[in-house]
Amino acid sequence: MIEYALIFGFVAVSLALVMNLWRLLQGPSVVDRVLAVDTMVINTIALIILQGMYQGTTLYFEAALLLAMFGFISTVAFCRFLLRGNVIE
Amino acid sequence: MATWLEALIALLIVVSGIFILVGSLGLLKLPTLMMRLHAPTKATTLGVGGALLASMGFFWAVEGTVSVHELLVTAFLFLTAPVTAHFIAKAHLHLERKRDGGERERLPETGTGSGWSTYDAAPQAGQGEEGGAPREG
Repeated sequence: MIEYALIFGFVAVSLALVMNLWRLLQGPSVVDRVLAVDTMVINTIALIILQGMYQGTTLYFEAALLLAMFGFISTVAFCRFLLRGNVIE
Repeated sequence: MATWLEALIALLIVVSGIFILVGSLGLLKLPTLMMRLHAPTKATTLGVGGALLASMGFFWAVEGTVSVHELLVTAFLFLTAPVTAHFIAKAHLHLERKRDGGERERLPETGTGSGWSTYDAAPQAGQGEEGGAPREG
C-alpha cells in the first residue's frame, strides 16, 4: 500500500515542480521568480523525504535539513538584494 | 507492519502530495502576486509537514526508533515560511512603488494619521493622541 502511495506522491511532487518551473520561466516580475525558486526548494525537500522512504534509508535527512536552511537563506538574500541593492552592507 | 499503521502512512503521503500539488497549482494559476503568495506558503508547507509526519511514522514502524530529524526539518520550515512570505511581500510592494513612479499599489487606508509603516516613517511619539507631550527640538 505504501508503495503505491509513494508512487502517487512522486508523481504529484514532480507535477508540482513542473508547475513551479513554468512560473519561474514565465513570471512577470523578479519577485515571482524568487517565490517560484523558494517553492521549488520546498518541493525538493518533500521529494527527498519520499525518496528516503522509498529506499528505506534515513541517510537523506541531513540533505533535507541543509536544503531547508539554504532555501531560506537564499530567499532572504534575494529579497534583501531586491530591496537594498546589496546583501552585506 | 500493522495494517492500520500502513494505511495511516499511505494516507498521509497521499494527502501531502495533494496539498503540494494544490500549492503549486495556485502558484501557477492565481492572477496577482499577492494572491500567488498564499498558495506556496500555506498549502506547500502543510504538504511537506504531512510528508515528514509520514516519514516519522514509517521509520518508527520499520526500525522501531523515533528519529528527530523530521521534527527538526518541520520546525525549521514552519518557522521560516512566514518570514519568507513577509520578505517577498515587502520586496514586491517596494518594487511596485518604485516602478510606478510613486503611485502605490491600492492598499486600504490605515485609519490613523500616519500611512503604512513599510512606506512611511514611523509616527512621532504622542502624535495624534490626546495629552501627548509635544516633541521639541
